[in-house]
Amino acid sequence: MRTKLTLGGLALSLAVLSACRQDMHDQPKYVPLRPSDFFADGRSARPIAEGTVARGHLNDDKLFYTGKGADGRPSQEFPMPVTKALLLRGEQRYNIYCTPCHDRTGNGNGMIVRRGYRRPPTYHSDRLRQQPNGYLYDVITNGFGAMPDYAAQVQPADRWAIVAYIRALQLSQQASINDVPPEARNQLGGAK
Amino acid sequence: MSQIFRRSTNTFTRATIFGAVFMLGLTVWAIDRLSRSDYVTRATQAREQPVPFSHAHHVGGLGVDCQYCHTSVEISSYANIPPTKTCMNCHSQIWSTSPTLEPVRASYRTNQSIRWTKVNDLPDFVYFNHSIHVNKGVGCESCHGRVDRMPLTYQVNSLQMEWCLNCHRNPEKYVRPREFITTMGYQPAGDQEEIGRKLVAEYKIQNARALTSCSTCHR
Ligand code: HEC
Ligand code: HEC
Ligand code: HEC
Ligand code: HEC
Ligand code: HEC
Ligand code: HEC
Repeated sequence: MRTKLTLGGLALSLAVLSACRQDMHDQPKYVPLRPSDFFADGRSARPIAEGTVARGHLNDDKLFYTGKGADGRPSQEFPMPVTKALLLRGEQRYNIYCTPCHDRTGNGNGMIVRRGYRRPPTYHSDRLRQQPNGYLYDVITNGFGAMPDYAAQVQPADRWAIVAYIRALQLSQQASINDVPPEARNQLGGAK
Repeated sequence: MSQIFRRSTNTFTRATIFGAVFMLGLTVWAIDRLSRSDYVTRATQAREQPVPFSHAHHVGGLGVDCQYCHTSVEISSYANIPPTKTCMNCHSQIWSTSPTLEPVRASYRTNQSIRWTKVNDLPDFVYFNHSIHVNKGVGCESCHGRVDRMPLTYQVNSLQMEWCLNCHRNPEKYVRPREFITTMGYQPAGDQEEIGRKLVAEYKIQNARALTSCSTCHR
């Protein structure tokens, strides 16, 4: 009888113990987005004191961070060389952040627009084709009219990649067979 | 004097001894089952949220990519829950008077965070990192399941150590090309084992010995 009791007790304490492990599971430390009772706004992540410059983040490259040239106007130049890798990155980022409204071709007929969001203009108008690259960069950074800004979601380097890809989209709608290198033409399935 | 116990008591005693062993076995088995059950790991149980946010609507219905909201998943250990501003990108115009969305608008007005309930929650003594998995071709689906079909978010897998190790021993069964990381309902173009082995080599995924060493996850 005694052994049985011991065994029963052991089994019971095991079962009870398995519920007492929470102290190491939820340690009194902050991990990202964990709330805090200490600060009035309830957040453990603290805002950076104004004027702070993190090491390596002076962000004094005006063209790269604002899209504006030395004269303060939207620049036509890219702050980096436009390579295939940049375009592919731009395509990927564009498809994530811009297609819900602008759709994959840039005609402005995305899913959210079909659900009632204000319709953006197509990228394939002369006005937008002639806007300098820095202008498109500025629209992503600061928004435009009814369009929200994407500064928090898209990092500067990716914004430039998206600009490059929008340029490629614009060209693609005006391309003729002469723009295709001769050796790639046979991949087009007989298009003239 | 007659005997206190009848002869049949012998059988009873034997049955009790056997029964004790059997009961012990059953208890061990039951505890083992219970500790892995969805009841304890809280898998497949949807959590109550301050706003009934539906991935089925936003991902399945509207086709919004995971990274539109979970922006840091590729670059950080943490996948990030979107700030209210991200919701307001669309909901400033869409369903902008819906009572369901009042907590979102209130949060935007008052600059108070929405307090989402955490769904997948590892113990604090485990080190987990999203970016390494996502960059080495482990898709969201492999760990979080068909999020695009969840009206309310729930955890799909147990998140127990055994589950992590199961993949760390055989990553080739799960890895996919990087461009399909956020794809839901991914089908490998051919034999998964074969593609998997090729990707494991291409992405230079470490061997099982390194990936199952205790200090990988308990650091
Ligand atoms: C939530 C929907 C939405 C998303 C997502 C969106 N836009 Fe827009 N965009 C709009 C709307 C609406 C307009 C028109 C704004 C207006 O005219 O008031 C617009 C206009 C524009 C314009 C034209 C500005 C002009 O001069 O007419 C550009 C360029 C643009 N968006 C780029 C982008 C890029 C790049 C992205 C991805 C980073 C993006 N948009 C994502 C809704 C969106
Ligand atoms: C429109 C924004 C949005 C999109 C797009 C989105 N999510 Fe979420 N996700 C959220 C919000 C808000 C939460 C927190 C509320 C909740 O848990 O339901 C969340 C929670 C989650 C969680 C649970 C987090 C936790 O607490 O453990 C997972 C896992 C997740 N999302 C995965 C995904 C995946 C995978 C995709 C792409 C298929 C995706 N999400 C797309 C907004 C989004
Ligand atoms: C890309 C645009 C977009 C973003 C970003 C977005 N939503 Fe939505 N949401 C929609 C659309 C469009 C609908 C309507 C769905 C439909 O009609 O299928 C919707 C519907 C909803 C509904 C249902 C409303 C009702 O009254 O039934 C809720 C709740 C909701 N969203 C919450 C959120 C939250 C919380 C976030 C931020 C994490 C968010 N949404 C971000 C586009 C968006
Ligand atoms: C290897 C498995 C795995 C993969 C792949 C994975 N997750 Fe997670 N995810 C987890 C685990 C485990 C947690 C819980 C982390 C914790 O509690 O510390 C989590 C938590 C989350 C959370 C809550 C916030 C956080 O970081 O704790 C979100 C949101 C999320 N995942 C989204 C995603 C998205 C989107 C993808 C795909 C791009 C993805 N996850 C890929 C395992 C994974
Ligand atoms: C579906 C497969 C899969 C699952 C499930 C999974 N992992 Fe991984 N994990 C991987 C792969 C693949 C790598 C990349 C290894 C490499 O870079 O060599 C990795 C790498 C890691 C690393 C980084 C290793 C290093 O050397 O720095 C950590 C930490 C990690 N995983 C933790 C976890 C934890 C904790 C869990 C369970 C909650 C988990 N993983 C579940 C596939 C998985
Ligand atoms: C792939 C990641 C990974 C590796 C490698 C790993 N663990 Fe774990 N371990 C976990 C996770 C995840 C948990 C949390 C399980 C849970 O929540 O039930 C855990 C939990 C534990 C616990 C606590 C069990 C509990 O329920 O309290 C111990 C003890 C432990 N691990 C020991 C080890 C030892 C020893 C090794 C090396 C042989 C090891 N782990 C290797 C991921 C890992």
